[in-house]
Amino acid sequence: MNYRILQKKVLIPGQTTLLVIDAPHVAKKAKPGNFVILRTSEKGERIPLTIADCDPVAGTVTIVFLVVGKSSAELNTFEEGQALHDFCGPLGKATHIEKQGTVICVGGGTGVAAMHHIAKGHAAMGNRVVAVIGARNKDLLLFCSELGSFCPEVLVATDDGSQGHHGFVTEVLKKRLEEDKDVSEVVAIGPVPMMEAVAKVTKPFGVKTTVSLNAIMVDGIGMCGACRCTVGGETKFACVDGPEFDGHEVDFGELRMRLSQFRPQEQESMQLFQHKCQCGEGK
Amino acid sequence: MSATPEKKTAKKMTPRTDMPVQPPFARIQNYLEVAVGYTEADAMAEAARCIQCKKPGCRQGCPVEIDIKGFIGQLQKGDLPGAYKVLREYNSLPAVCGRVCPQETQCEGMCILGKNPDKTGGPVAIGRLERFVADTFAARLAGGDAACMQITGEAACRMTRDDLKVACIGAGPSSLTVAGYLASLGIKVTVFEALHEVGGVLVYGIPEFRLPKDIVRREVDAMRDLGVEFRTNWVGGKAFTIKELMDEEGFKAVFIGVGAGLPQFMKIPGENSIGVFSANEYLTRVNLGRAYDFPNYDTPIFKADEVCVVGGGNVAMDAARTALRLGAKKVSIVYRRTKAEMPARLEELEHAIEEGVALELLCAPLALNADENKRLASMTVQNMKLGEPDASGRCRPEPIEGDTRTIPCQLVIIAVGTKPNPILLEATKGLALNKRGYIEANPETGETSIHNVFAGGDIVTGAATVISAMGAGRKAAKEIAKRLLGTEL
Repeated sequence: MNYRILQKKVLIPGQTTLLVIDAPHVAKKAKPGNFVILRTSEKGERIPLTIADCDPVAGTVTIVFLVVGKSSAELNTFEEGQALHDFCGPLGKATHIEKQGTVICVGGGTGVAAMHHIAKGHAAMGNRVVAVIGARNKDLLLFCSELGSFCPEVLVATDDGSQGHHGFVTEVLKKRLEEDKDVSEVVAIGPVPMMEAVAKVTKPFGVKTTVSLNAIMVDGIGMCGACRCTVGGETKFACVDGPEFDGHEVDFGELRMRLSQFRPQEQESMQLFQHKCQCGEGK
Repeated sequence: MSATPEKKTAKKMTPRTDMPVQPPFARIQNYLEVAVGYTEADAMAEAARCIQCKKPGCRQGCPVEIDIKGFIGQLQKGDLPGAYKVLREYNSLPAVCGRVCPQETQCEGMCILGKNPDKTGGPVAIGRLERFVADTFAARLAGGDAACMQITGEAACRMTRDDLKVACIGAGPSSLTVAGYLASLGIKVTVFEALHEVGGVLVYGIPEFRLPKDIVRREVDAMRDLGVEFRTNWVGGKAFTIKELMDEEGFKAVFIGVGAGLPQFMKIPGENSIGVFSANEYLTRVNLGRAYDFPNYDTPIFKADEVCVVGGGNVAMDAARTALRLGAKKVSIVYRRTKAEMPARLEELEHAIEEGVALELLCAPLALNADENKRLASMTVQNMKLGEPDASGRCRPEPIEGDTRTIPCQLVIIAVGTKPNPILLEATKGLALNKRGYIEANPETGETSIHNVFAGGDIVTGAATVISAMGAGRKAAKEIAKRLLGTEL
């Protein structure tokens, strides 16, 4: 199988990149909420990424990633025309989407990309989708126009006030929930602290809140339990039971801790990679 | 049992030929195979010990009833291809089974020479001979028909017919058996594997030091040469359904060999602490991800000075010995019964002890204690005693009330068994499962509740051995061949 990169778009230089991958059999089956696992090379680790978009007709899957460590930095060196070593999917349970009225989709950072696919699914079902997206400043906002193409409202929050609300997405969300009593569900995807904060905001309103957990994974098919997390006091595997769970039931503190499990090794690997790049050894 | 001629047992016989091994101090510094294999002289000497019983017990002890007397007889005559051909008639993976079968409870456990080891020198080392024959035969193969020779022991296989398509889901021992067998009969086989490498438990589970990946690769390469197509990264039930394979893709039959993949945890406090891993995760990182060679390979592994492995099976032994090789200062196996009840292969237990693995017997984990950063610090265990035998015939472990102790450890690896993976099963309508959630399959043919859909291996039996998975694959493959080829066979 040849998982060629058909398009590469640098969304935020050195930080966030979008890739459109030629993977017809994945595109045919992928649903909002699903993820893929890819490897860059024979020596690469398995990297889970939530699908940002897919086109079953063109046979393509779109992924967006943040450069955080060696593997994502290496992925960022790939150019159009090159092929990924492995690309496996779709994985995980698809988002539960039903006709239900107004759904607020909150996205933070790179999470906006994954949220985009879910928002699109809700819109296609005929739900009224309000998108709430946030970033440090307006240049770092992702998928703003794409969301605008099917969401009647795209609410923006920036840390520096350069666009939209000056502050956090949670403040925009709270205001909206106070004004609009017809919201049937809130979907939040982004950094763990953001999802935790969203769940805290929605709790008093009693609104169903769905979060997508970016736990550490190895196989992504339920074989190893690396991604286990506590939801409603029970251990769940994010890869096969999720990745989406009830935000009011998730133990976010545990998730944060578990995400730090390999931090020393991640740093070691990244330093070595940067050193090699500086010495001109390439990848 | 009067198969042994009188004159041969009367005098003291040659003892069993030792397996050459890397010395313990050396092997825990590397990841290379521990048992290096018989030399030709070793093999001939060991084969000569077989007294060619009229009614061989060894064969009854073998789950797939290999003609053991037959292959050793050929070896005694110096006919290596002949020996290989006999093995291949029954066993699709002799190089693997020779290494990983629990011979002491199977063929070797029934060998007449084992009945009175002081006089006879112990049972014939059937597993070691099987390995010798498979390895040596493969090493001498060359030329155009090598793939067919490797798979069947015969010079020529049938040409592949693209109109007869069979799909195997999973690429472990049972599926590989089906693929090799059918490909040699000219049936076009496609193997769908969820992971990025082919081999199933043979590559993600069993470590290099016990089963080198090259052994598996050799088999897979031969199958490719025979026209088998391997599609890695294809998850059954996600990327495709069985119905689609049969209705849209034109597969005439499907074999499900997806293994029993979901790890069991103990449901005790602290189990999600940092430093607690399933054996599946720990071994997959190291074996499939080559984490023993991090950062040359990208997959990281968790290291600690004090390691506890919970369980007494082969997976526990593999995990414990892997932890030693990754630099742990102290590795203990925590098991609720005693050494005698451990289900692990005897050789693995002996090797583990030689290498310095400690045994914490008669105790069961109660809690995993973490520090304020959720990092594992110790394990509290309940001390146990042995009670009456249970249904399995092993003595039931019973807690000694109020008697607990704490073992310091920063890494715990849980190897207490697996459950069926639900992904494919939930996506396949009409597939009947048993009470434990495994697939119901006809014991004679391997056929499931769906016509022309077969299953075998751990997804039918629950976690078992490579040989029994291989045997189930063989049974199903024969039935599939019969249905597809009919009178041509």
